Amino acid sequence: MARVVVDVMLKSEILDPQGEAVLGALPRLGVTDVASVRIGKRVEIEFDENAQNVEEQSRVIADQLLANPVIESFTVSVERDPVEAA
Amino acid sequence: MSQYVAVDTVGVAEATPDEKQPWAELGLKEDEYQRIREILGRRPTQSELAMYSIMWSEHCSYKSSRVHLRQFNEKNPRTPRLLAGIGENAGVVAIDDNIAVTFKVESHNHPSYVEPKQGAATGVGGIIRDIIAMGARPIAVMDSLRFGAIDHPDTARVLPGVVDGIGHYGNCVGLPNIGGETYFDPCYQGNPLVNALSVGVLPRSRLQSMQASGTGNIVILLGAKTGRDGIGGVSVLASATFSESGEDDARPSVQVGDPFTEKLLIEVCLELFDAGLVVGVQDLGGAGLTCALSETAAAGDGGMHVDLELVPLRAKGMEPHDILASESQERMLLIVDPAKAEEVLARAHRWGLLATAIGTVTDSGRLVVDFHGQTVVDVPPKSLADEGPVYNRPIAEPNDLGLIAVDRAETLPRPTTAEEIRQTVLDMAASPNLCDKSWITEQYDSSVFGNTVLGTPHDAGVVRLDERTGVGIAISLDGNGRFARLDPYLGAQLALAEAYRNVAVTGATPIAVSDCLNFGSPEDPHVMWQFERAVTGIADGCQKLGIPVTGGNVSFYNQTGREAIHPTPVIGVLGVIDDVARRIPLGLGRTGDTIALLGTTHEELSGSEWASVKHGHLGGVPPKVDLDHEMKLADLLSRLAETEQLAAAHDLSQGGLAQALVEAISFSGMGAQILLPEGADPFTYLFSESSGRVLVVIPRGQELAVRTACESRGLPITPLGVADANTDGLHLRDHFDITRDEIDAAFKGRIGARLGE
Amino acid sequence: MSARIGIVTFPGSLDDRDAARAVYLGGAEPVALWHDDTQIHSVDGVWLPGGFSYGDALRCGAIARFSQVMDTVKAAAAQGMPVLGVCNGFQVLCESHLLPGALVRNAHLRYRNRPARLRVETARTAWTSAFAPEAEVVFPAKHGEGRYVADEATLDQLEASGRVVFRYLDNPNGSMRDIAGVANEAGNVVGLMPHPEHAVEALTGPSTDGLGIVASVLAHLSEGARR
Repeated sequence: MARVVVDVMLKSEILDPQGEAVLGALPRLGVTDVASVRIGKRVEIEFDENAQNVEEQSRVIADQLLANPVIESFTVSVERDPVEAA
Repeated sequence: MSQYVAVDTVGVAEATPDEKQPWAELGLKEDEYQRIREILGRRPTQSELAMYSIMWSEHCSYKSSRVHLRQFNEKNPRTPRLLAGIGENAGVVAIDDNIAVTFKVESHNHPSYVEPKQGAATGVGGIIRDIIAMGARPIAVMDSLRFGAIDHPDTARVLPGVVDGIGHYGNCVGLPNIGGETYFDPCYQGNPLVNALSVGVLPRSRLQSMQASGTGNIVILLGAKTGRDGIGGVSVLASATFSESGEDDARPSVQVGDPFTEKLLIEVCLELFDAGLVVGVQDLGGAGLTCALSETAAAGDGGMHVDLELVPLRAKGMEPHDILASESQERMLLIVDPAKAEEVLARAHRWGLLATAIGTVTDSGRLVVDFHGQTVVDVPPKSLADEGPVYNRPIAEPNDLGLIAVDRAETLPRPTTAEEIRQTVLDMAASPNLCDKSWITEQYDSSVFGNTVLGTPHDAGVVRLDERTGVGIAISLDGNGRFARLDPYLGAQLALAEAYRNVAVTGATPIAVSDCLNFGSPEDPHVMWQFERAVTGIADGCQKLGIPVTGGNVSFYNQTGREAIHPTPVIGVLGVIDDVARRIPLGLGRTGDTIALLGTTHEELSGSEWASVKHGHLGGVPPKVDLDHEMKLADLLSRLAETEQLAAAHDLSQGGLAQALVEAISFSGMGAQILLPEGADPFTYLFSESSGRVLVVIPRGQELAVRTACESRGLPITPLGVADANTDGLHLRDHFDITRDEIDAAFKGRIGARLGE
Repeated sequence: MSARIGIVTFPGSLDDRDAARAVYLGGAEPVALWHDDTQIHSVDGVWLPGGFSYGDALRCGAIARFSQVMDTVKAAAAQGMPVLGVCNGFQVLCESHLLPGALVRNAHLRYRNRPARLRVETARTAWTSAFAPEAEVVFPAKHGEGRYVADEATLDQLEASGRVVFRYLDNPNGSMRDIAGVANEAGNVVGLMPHPEHAVEALTGPSTDGLGIVASVLAHLSEGARR
């Protein structure tokens, strides 16, 4: 069984209002030495046992559905079943 | 700092007169570039070139539309109500001796196609800042939306995104959405229209100006940091040093809106205005600092000096022209007396909003921008803001007009039996343009501020301005691209008449207009003809109705390839109502109330919803417009509202009487017993879209008074039947019955279902 | 002298003025409180209004929880001061652990604005004491993240101890057990998603039931004064 993790982030040049607001709140927690906060999405996909081209399919999913390529970028990483890997 | 050596300064420009510049890539024509050189007496620096290309663009300079828009000023009726008009950020009209209202409608069409959610959201954000810049507190928004066919796959991408964007921004910034319209037509497939309106209220004494006056005054940038948002247009200027090849998102064309920061901007600006701390103010819109600096400097009496490196940046490695061109949202420019600057900064800080002094007002008559001590811009500000090119584009009547005019919908096959007509009522109620829009409007807050008296699905939004006096406003936003395609002059006037009537139907008196003119390419003489006709129609219409055009916006290049959208002038009409408690709602009143029709029904089916839904037909001549009649109608309705002699009223427009009844029944939960006048053809009577008609509901005992009021004004009134809580739906005597369940099944839940939900 | 109800303005609060109007129309005196201020100016009760405090970044109410005023509000709540959280205010109370559970994205994933019919499940709180048992009220519900969730044990406990204060009659967001509002153990802290402050005038709201909230806290306070 393959587990794929897709991380979706706003592209670096796109304003991230959420990140800015969290950054602005950090001093309230006494943390003052943070330069930047950016918030993204982590999506975990579990494929069927016999699934083929897992990475390729994940890219399609990420590109066409999970991320909006106009403003977001994504990374795909495949995690093999630890038992299988062992 | 050695890394700035590459910057193109005025000195460098003087020393290198023959340097090749990418003026064509920036959208400038050769003669325009030569004019810039003449104005400056040298070649422009890259920053100057960027600024001229932005300010002389169609979007900022109105170079194709200006010669026609003059008609508004020439024909506008003079009214003491008009406190600020065309050329300001938004028109301002007096409501009474103390308060005024400012409103404006603006397009954000192209960005909403590229990235529907952010495009629509930043459209709302932009129009709100125009309202703030006049000194007003924004109090409501509305939107006029047009998409391609509802079952086209791309509509399922664009529509939910646009609605999400409008909702997200408006809801988070805390403005009620009080109405609008949504239409579908294949001509908007590759070019949806997203027109947003905002309205604000101000004490008359708080009216702000965009003038950068008073030598020595401080220029403060308030709000969000400046990033690379929307600088795609000037990306050809990127110097080799800083072009980050390999990073694909270094020059995004999409701006992301942050309604939270906008909310803070509203509160901070109003606090500063109230405390009298601001001399001048301008919002940063589509053209960013370039526009705000040149407009405030041009409106003032002197000049301005700006140190650009003081602008707080969100991205690394931004060059001066990037900073000047950035379209980062949620920023305002303030002109402040130096003695008050500290307090301005402190008040912004209290709200957690960034505020930075970036320059001063000078008496040099020049707009000078330095970057780390080197002068990158030195121009006469009026040459950017006021003296852009003006085109007299060729105009040609489309060749197909004659053919279209004779292809009349009145000749199409019609339903004849009672059952066929009955089914047509239901089919029409279920059609995308006529069906219930709750799927959309439920995604908008409508009650924040607690002053919304009428919201969707009423003909106009009504908002209370003053809790003590009850004075309020009504606004409606209307357009009809099909009518305008058949005849842009009449189509524009029909939209104007409808918006005017929708305001009047609530009992308010129309007082002012804002318009958003959505057209194809101005380089197409046929489009320019449509534009000229539509503008003339609006200007003539407003002159006749005695209400001025106070501002608005032109959106050209709405086309896919060579195919332009229908010419789509969208008209916002603002009305005033002395006491909102006396507004006339949609509905059917109480059992036994009389249902009657004001106005006359002609056989007018060309351009109608019926012709489109049942025959996919667009041809013939649109319905007649009678503005004298509309004025009498408005006068009557405002009188009857005052004397509380109407229980309900509803404008007849798309879908005619049949649709008006469906809506009144569905909304009120009441039934209606209707008897058509003797000799009337039921199909024509139910589906014609003749203008100037209103369905009214008269409380028992008031029938004679209302009839007398109509007759004294020469307004035709036709009793149609009675409202009845015990009637299940619509009973059309001698013809058919439609139950409430049948109406609701046809009318409701359509949008979500058609979008595949 | 009428009771003083403090209304907190966070950056991004939207319904603070509306809450003030409701308090005023209900016969109490509204007092403006500022998020960055530890002072609550000797108010008799606190209303955390709706909106999008700090842009609702991360989770709704997650950042407001750390504001200065919340420290004071928490301390006052522990002493029995009536505290009401509406919409975003409810979210702030949950994030601050003054109330159990959490408010997450609506089951249908969209912001939805509809009048909500609610049943007042208990009159034994500071903010519902003036309602008849099982009274039905109509408040506008308008939110994207209002689905009330908690673990089963917590829900059972809330039910058993009569701390479910409002229940939806037509659940608009998928809230567990149709819960629209809950109270703390003492009944002085109440949170609900729908907006009573937008149901205080027949002209602008779907009902005037919201005035009952203010009447309740006034009754609660005067009862306390008598004791």
